Amino acid sequence: MLLDVNKLSFGYDRKEIVRNLSFTVGKGDYLCVIGENGAGKTTLIKVLLNLKKPYSGTIAFSDGLTQHEIGYLPQHTSVQKDFPATVREIVLSGCLGRLGKKFFYDEEDRKLAEESIRRMKIEDLADRCYNELSGGQQQRVLLARCLCATRKLIILDEPSTSLDYETTCEMYQLIGQLNREGIAIIMISHDLDKALDQAKHILLLENEESFFGTRDEYLENRRKARVIGND
Amino acid sequence: MIRELLVYLSYPFVRYAFIAGILIALCSSLLGVILVLKRYSYIGDGLSHVAFGAMSVALVLDLVKEKMFIILPVTIITAVLLLRHGQNTKINGDARIAMLSVGSLALGYLFMNVFKVSSNVSADVCTTLFGSTSILTLTKGEVWLCSILSLLVVVLFILMYNRIFAVTFDETFAQATGTRTDIYNLVLAIVIAVIIVLSMNLVGSLLISALVIFPAVTAMQLFKSFRNVTIASALISVVCACCGLLVAVFRGTPVGSTIVVADLVVFVIFYIIGIVRSR
Repeated sequence: MLLDVNKLSFGYDRKEIVRNLSFTVGKGDYLCVIGENGAGKTTLIKVLLNLKKPYSGTIAFSDGLTQHEIGYLPQHTSVQKDFPATVREIVLSGCLGRLGKKFFYDEEDRKLAEESIRRMKIEDLADRCYNELSGGQQQRVLLARCLCATRKLIILDEPSTSLDYETTCEMYQLIGQLNREGIAIIMISHDLDKALDQAKHILLLENEESFFGTRDEYLENRRKARVIGND
Repeated sequence: MIRELLVYLSYPFVRYAFIAGILIALCSSLLGVILVLKRYSYIGDGLSHVAFGAMSVALVLDLVKEKMFIILPVTIITAVLLLRHGQNTKINGDARIAMLSVGSLALGYLFMNVFKVSSNVSADVCTTLFGSTSILTLTKGEVWLCSILSLLVVVLFILMYNRIFAVTFDETFAQATGTRTDIYNLVLAIVIAVIIVLSMNLVGSLLISALVIFPAVTAMQLFKSFRNVTIASALISVVCACCGLLVAVFRGTPVGSTIVVADLVVFVIFYIIGIVRSR
């Protein structure tokens, strides 16, 4: 078990939006978080990343995973349009958590960055400026940065927003491939079909009664709900 | 001409001006890269006016010798308050800086006029705003203070370079990997305030923004990586400060505005090269 979330309650503006949420993420899991707009998906991510304090409940990390070893792909990077930064510089910044008390990155950090660049197949872009890249290429760069930050768990917040159909498919393929290589994935998604295609577990956020279970359980539940709804 | 320069350099106050000028230009350009990218370009302007307001209060209270003890803390506190992400504030960021800036400028000028400190108020105000000659009147102690503080800033910048890049590029990600971004913002605020107060001597409080913004934006016209932009920005700033000081010494022009004009000229050159290259 990498992540054990127990009876978590959280929200924003002092308003509780999710109560008593419990779920677990194990090694190599693929969890999709779905729910209506405002259901608290992004807030959940913030709580998991310790960017926001929950109102109650606990999050336990185990199996060698620590709070700061989570790779995170934000929904909208607040990157300025004219920010001068090469792909290599950005990927290397994923090693930030490994710096510890050091001031500069060492040979090992640089190797890790090069390896992540290779894994995301962006070697030919390594010296390009981030802002000259297409949306899909930028997402690859940020994924490579995630790979520098973690070996175990990546959290993605709607990775396909603002990507066209083809690039979205590519993106999901990449994520699936990382998952098969043994990295656990937590992903927020609008795109229910794509999510159900790949995910092993589903977390449906609904303030009092969130659902957590395997993909098949979720599909079964939904079918039942439909039958009842039709009566 | 070189002989003439050597004659000038034999005067201690000219040497002091060069040392202080180059160091301040170096620090402000390094900080400028961060500030421009964080969209805080105008904070230098706002803070320098606050420093001007604080200075006029110090003058009115007849604390000319101890003026640093008033100006520095006031500016630092203002910087900390401005850089703190106040989500609950009713007035948003740019409006806050603008109001603070013009407000303290007005207060400062008003103070100096109402409590006639000297016989020639407008000349005094002009000096503090444009720093016309004050860099040539630096004392040995001031040069030491200035050198130590600037070296400290440069060393801090180099040691923290990787963290600075990460936090400036993506604050949320840096925070998620366990970096205490709030501490960075606090240190940044304090350093900015110190630099602003130091550079008031060089270019005066109206032109400080130029020293902070021009080198960084100029470098960004041609360079595409953070490292190169930082290095180029530092070089541009130092070269412009040297040229400006030289011209000012030889031609007797006001130091601050001469340096800023040098920055402006280099910016135009880089801008044109950038356009030509992208064709």
